[in-house]
Amino acid sequence: MNKKNILTVQNVVWAAILLAALLATPHFLKFYHQDLLIYLTINVLVVCSYRLVTLTGEWSLIHAVMMGVGAYTASLLFIHFGLDMWFTLPFAGGAAALIAALLCFPLLRMTQFYFLIGSFAAGEAIRLTWIEFVGVFGGTGGLRGVEAPILWGIDFIDPIPYYYLSLFIVSVCLFILYRIENSRVGLTLHAIHWKAPLAESVGVNAWRYRALAFIVGSFFVGLAGGLKVHYLGSVSPNQMGIGFMVFILIWVIVGGYNKFYGPIIGVIVLTVFDESIRTFEVLRPAIYGAVLILSVLFLPLGLESIPGRLRSWFGVGSTPHEPPLTDQ
Amino acid sequence: MELFLLSIVNGLIQGGFFALFAVGLVLIFGVMGVVNFAHGELVMVGAFTIWLLHAQYGLGYIPAIMVAIILVTIIGLLMERFLFRPTRSDPLAGLICSIGVLFILQVAATLVGGDGPSKQVPPPFEGTLVLFEFLRIPYQRVFSLLISVTALGTLWFFLTRSKFGWALRAVAQDREAASLQGINSNRISIIAIGVGAALAGLAGGLVAPLTNINPHMGHNVIITAFIVTIVGGVGSLLGAVLAAVLYAMLHTFMTVYFGGTIATICGLILMVVVLIVKPSGIMGVRVSE
Repeated sequence: MNKKNILTVQNVVWAAILLAALLATPHFLKFYHQDLLIYLTINVLVVCSYRLVTLTGEWSLIHAVMMGVGAYTASLLFIHFGLDMWFTLPFAGGAAALIAALLCFPLLRMTQFYFLIGSFAAGEAIRLTWIEFVGVFGGTGGLRGVEAPILWGIDFIDPIPYYYLSLFIVSVCLFILYRIENSRVGLTLHAIHWKAPLAESVGVNAWRYRALAFIVGSFFVGLAGGLKVHYLGSVSPNQMGIGFMVFILIWVIVGGYNKFYGPIIGVIVLTVFDESIRTFEVLRPAIYGAVLILSVLFLPLGLESIPGRLRSWFGVGSTPHEPPLTDQ
Repeated sequence: MELFLLSIVNGLIQGGFFALFAVGLVLIFGVMGVVNFAHGELVMVGAFTIWLLHAQYGLGYIPAIMVAIILVTIIGLLMERFLFRPTRSDPLAGLICSIGVLFILQVAATLVGGDGPSKQVPPPFEGTLVLFEFLRIPYQRVFSLLISVTALGTLWFFLTRSKFGWALRAVAQDREAASLQGINSNRISIIAIGVGAALAGLAGGLVAPLTNINPHMGHNVIITAFIVTIVGGVGSLLGAVLAAVLYAMLHTFMTVYFGGTIATICGLILMVVVLIVKPSGIMGVRVSE
């Protein structure tokens, strides 16, 4: 890790500009787009937490369901105990982390294709449980009537306060995720991905680190689920199914999963893109599918790799195919 | 007792149908190492073709099945040539591409069939086979069972008796060694996905008169196919067929006594258990790394 001083004047100025832009954005948008901005903010947390899970090289298909676990936990606590969002959010993350911890024992015995399918099966089983037990989880219709909190006279049901709130929470989570990735733990996760036998031979317990990444990633996505349900007001099994999981995959892959900011770029660009093709309605999934295929075929390292590619095209800077470890 | 017998027969028929598309998935995974997530959508396209040609335009049922098989095979071949072949070095990329295809096929089906309710195809074979007073099977289901068994038997014969079949199994076992023997692995991939897609199209054709047809019917198909593939052993065709029949029986019984959702949950749990206890499946062979 570089111990470079990051508090240079230049960086502080850039950070201030970014912050000002983020704070000003909702004031230029229509009501509907303000909603979308909140979901986008939450989805940034979803893709970044997913990236933590994939750091070890395993792609899970249970992340969307974990978000659902968080959302259902928050909803149940709100509906039955009247707990406010401030109290339901930790439980939402905690429940997802707990389920992830339990699932570690069967799922992390598998790798690669088997882990993919195994996590898909486990997630689908959880999702079908929500559909089956109508009394507790509300069946296909799901749960509704969850409300945003009120604090110091601010009603967070309004999009702008809720946006600021979620922006704050997501930023804190992103900071933690970033620190995890750039800590010794993060380096070990990279090592397990690229050289698992070597890492194990120097005494790294690969299982434990994979479990850690899975549990922490699930915690943050559970939290994102709680954050979403308190604004949206309802949660249903279909909302958290394989369909949403596919979107997470698309965002991460189109953005590029080798860098921390890759998935963030992916989710922002594709959300804006999705809005701009809203007029095509029925065709939208197909356009998404085509974008996915084209980006896998022609831009396998994602949007994030474009600047590097351009630089190497003009013969300045490094090649874009550097292994991810070198940017540490 | 009567319900029991009827469930066994229904399970068998369902099993034949499950086996048709699961075997295709196994073939494609075995030879090309890619999980075809769009396999359920191939079945859906087959069923939609029957609905369009047979129920809407009055083409005969058998010719409609033929068209369905050809159409789905062509889709499969295009997927191999333009998606799976360029991404062969990265199995994940192939899988992601197939998800893209899944979206495109669903939209295509919506455009063709409209957004409305699920489509139905009136059974082309009317009447009921009465084995006993209590055991009545519609001819449509008898036909479906016969065709599945014939198709699977032909495939079995092709794989074990023909030169292409041997070559295909060789590529599935060890692509590099097979290439050294002069086997053109690209051609084998084409055959594998062609056969797999054709079986999926056939499965769609057979199931069309027995189910509700909608653009999202592939979801249940792919879940079933995963369960069957894993339980049977990822590389094993015989295992897939056996697991298809067993799972169909289990699913039929559970559905009769506990309902469809519980049945699917049990199937998924069974799959996870198999993955933990015996990842190579009931008919798989352990391969050391």
